[in-house]
Amino acid sequence: MSVAVSHAAPVAAPPPPEPAPAKVDYLNVSHTIWSWLFTIDHKRIGILYLISITVFFLAGGIAAGLVRLNLLGYEASGHILSEDSYNRAFTAHGVMMLFFFLIPAVPAVLGNFLIPMMIGAKDLAFPKLNLASWYVFILGAALAIWSVLAGGIDTGWTLYPPYSTRASQSNVVPGVVGVFISGFSSIMTGLNIMVTIHKMRAPGMTWSRLPLFVWALYGTSLMQLLATPVIAITLLLLTVERIWGVGIFDPSLGGDPILFQHLFWFYSHPAVYIMILPGMGVISEVLTCFSRKNIFGYHAVAWSSMGIAVVSFLLWAHHMFVAGISFYAALLFSLLSMLVAVPSAIKVFNWTATLYRGSITFQAPMLFSLGFVVLFTIGGLTGLFLATLGTDIHLHDTYFVVAHFHFVMVGGMVMGYFAGLHFWWPKITGRMYSDWWSRIAASIIIVGFFLTFIPQFWIGYHGMPRRYPNYPAEYQIFNVMSTAGASILGLGYLMPAVYLTMSLFNGQKASANPWSATGLEWQTPSPPSVHNFDSTPVVVCGPYEYAIGVDQMGRGLPEPPGPGAAGDPASHHGPTGPSGPMKKETEVVG
Amino acid sequence: MSASTHSPVLKHHFEDLGQQHACERLGIWMFLATEVLFFGGLFGAYTVYRLWYPEEFILASSHLNRTIATVNTVFLITSSLTMTLAIRSAKLGDRSALIRNLLITAALGTAFMVMKGFEYKIDFQERYVPGRIFQEEHDAAFRAVFPTSGPALTREQAEQYFKEHPEAHQRWAWELVLHNYGKDPNDPDYRDPGKMQLFLLFYYIMTGIHGLHIIIGIGCILWLVWEARRGMIPPENYSTVEVVSLYWHLVDAIWLFLMPLLYLAGAGMHHH
Repeated sequence: MSVAVSHAAPVAAPPPPEPAPAKVDYLNVSHTIWSWLFTIDHKRIGILYLISITVFFLAGGIAAGLVRLNLLGYEASGHILSEDSYNRAFTAHGVMMLFFFLIPAVPAVLGNFLIPMMIGAKDLAFPKLNLASWYVFILGAALAIWSVLAGGIDTGWTLYPPYSTRASQSNVVPGVVGVFISGFSSIMTGLNIMVTIHKMRAPGMTWSRLPLFVWALYGTSLMQLLATPVIAITLLLLTVERIWGVGIFDPSLGGDPILFQHLFWFYSHPAVYIMILPGMGVISEVLTCFSRKNIFGYHAVAWSSMGIAVVSFLLWAHHMFVAGISFYAALLFSLLSMLVAVPSAIKVFNWTATLYRGSITFQAPMLFSLGFVVLFTIGGLTGLFLATLGTDIHLHDTYFVVAHFHFVMVGGMVMGYFAGLHFWWPKITGRMYSDWWSRIAASIIIVGFFLTFIPQFWIGYHGMPRRYPNYPAEYQIFNVMSTAGASILGLGYLMPAVYLTMSLFNGQKASANPWSATGLEWQTPSPPSVHNFDSTPVVVCGPYEYAIGVDQMGRGLPEPPGPGAAGDPASHHGPTGPSGPMKKETEVVG
Repeated sequence: MSASTHSPVLKHHFEDLGQQHACERLGIWMFLATEVLFFGGLFGAYTVYRLWYPEEFILASSHLNRTIATVNTVFLITSSLTMTLAIRSAKLGDRSALIRNLLITAALGTAFMVMKGFEYKIDFQERYVPGRIFQEEHDAAFRAVFPTSGPALTREQAEQYFKEHPEAHQRWAWELVLHNYGKDPNDPDYRDPGKMQLFLLFYYIMTGIHGLHIIIGIGCILWLVWEARRGMIPPENYSTVEVVSLYWHLVDAIWLFLMPLLYLAGAGMHHH
């Protein structure tokens, strides 16, 4: 069923009355520790994940801090870590940040919380599986933490054999088994979200009315489902080889270390898209809301998510250009790597076009999102340098790669995660955080980020290899700049921990729809009731009808926040706003 | 809302049983896709080494127990039939037939695992296990022919020795030593013990993971029996049986790939 919205009426319908705050919401329905540990409510499980991954973000951040502090000095000027401890520090940083923070960050926290609400469902399709996924995650995480506390791993997060199977004296097995186990949690989340999107949509929620966050999570789930099992079996083979002393990947026993790299990257390349794609979904939600514009090119953005998901499986060997693969294979993988820039660029161009002549306000979620667009673009473009065979031979395994990767993963994904966390925080907790402090934090993070990673492009291009604690004295000034930036960045990341936590105690109560957004999740009280919706919502129009100012249920939007919003119709109805003369440029989806 | 809304088997967050069943079916198919990729990595790695080291793989395969594997194949194929009959019984609402078919399926799965256990036991008795054990066994046979002190036996003497001392060495080990007698490791006809161990490694990992899947499957089937006894599988909820059956068929199908890959590698070609 679909009910057409009258496009002739430029004046929005009146907004719905503010729903009475639910007396019993999902947070206050029960308070015992068991009610949290045995919950099958997708919202509470999202919170469990939020707490878990925050711990890992902190731990991974501390490891990064150690690495950066160590790099303040070159060989002659002394280090704070032994060379062996340095190897363990950067490996701990990589393993914790990638497998236990970035992979679950948006899908397991925001995806868990939001996907059912965005499509008008009471829960994910398999609530018990959802809870099981958290326990599996915790089990894997516990093993990984144990391996770090019991001495750490020194192989780098890529775990290349034969070093990881024969030479390394460090605690490889428990860490690898931890990553192996946590992979199943990722598969469970992906499967749950995918089935939910297919089968649990509310009446009227057609595929082309899905919020782009849902499309992004759909692509992500596809990759989680099809790539993660391959790393599982690969890590299993690695563990067997290390324990039994047999040679699946060991060339001296007839095995092939390149085979490990193929299998590892068959997962780990899609994995970086598992990390970035959900962030892209967040950005589509936030940019539209804070520019009061319909998304430009809805279908292009939606299908580019699927394009990224599919192409991500076809370019793993670009990590192996100097590993001895055939020249013709390298040629093909180089070409395919360039191909993935196309859907990524489609997104960036459409976001930019969405911003064009929008009524932009700069609350924290918007600042993080704009940071995402700029930093991700830099990260994506430098990726093309690395996809090019000739330049990759020069840049491979240098700080250029480190900088590129962090521009995408930190500048992109962590920014996207923070944007999402700030955007939906009022919905999740029912509280508003400090507007001023959040803007300051976003600004500090962006400045700190540039200072940390721009120098790394420079020293990488001039030949400083990654993972080396020692370097020539000429590079020291850039490493000092980078460490200074990392300190600012660290400060910026600590600030949300403070003001978001404080908002729980003394934050202003959030209205149901504080940002005047269009999605179904904003049509519930903040925080939502246990079953999300009192009655199943009926969707009548597309997800971003900011131009005509209606939500997905066809009702008007409340006045958006921001400077000049009250009494200044220009903020979203003015002559240059989307409802003004430029209205025809906006696309109506529905 | 349909009448089935009040069915005791309807879970709270679904609109109706139709939606619930659609979710369960799609979920299991996606899980199967995951499983295919999981085993796919393993099959992929196997394929690489099978193509690189065909002779060692064929030789190593020839020492596995094909009789048990054949019997086990019959068990599993039959169990897929009884599993499918269980779906039919559930659809018809014939609870006792449902429980009977499920129990037969579980029994066939158990029989498979028992046979598999015997097979592993024989493999271990023959010390046909990669790693240190394989190396020790091979070295012992090698040293019997080429002692560290004293002259090496001639090929005929070696054959005679192994015939007279059948208990002293494993058959696979002395056959390998005799095959390699007088051959340089660079000889194309030389069989590298390390590469044979690679095959054995795949044999244990693949059958081990498959066996784990069988055990989980038996657990799921017994859970179905429990649910059927409690009356939680009425005809309108037969898809629960179907979901487990899809998993069971996949595990069965994986065996149908493992059987020729592991037990029949080069069967009929090997005349040494």
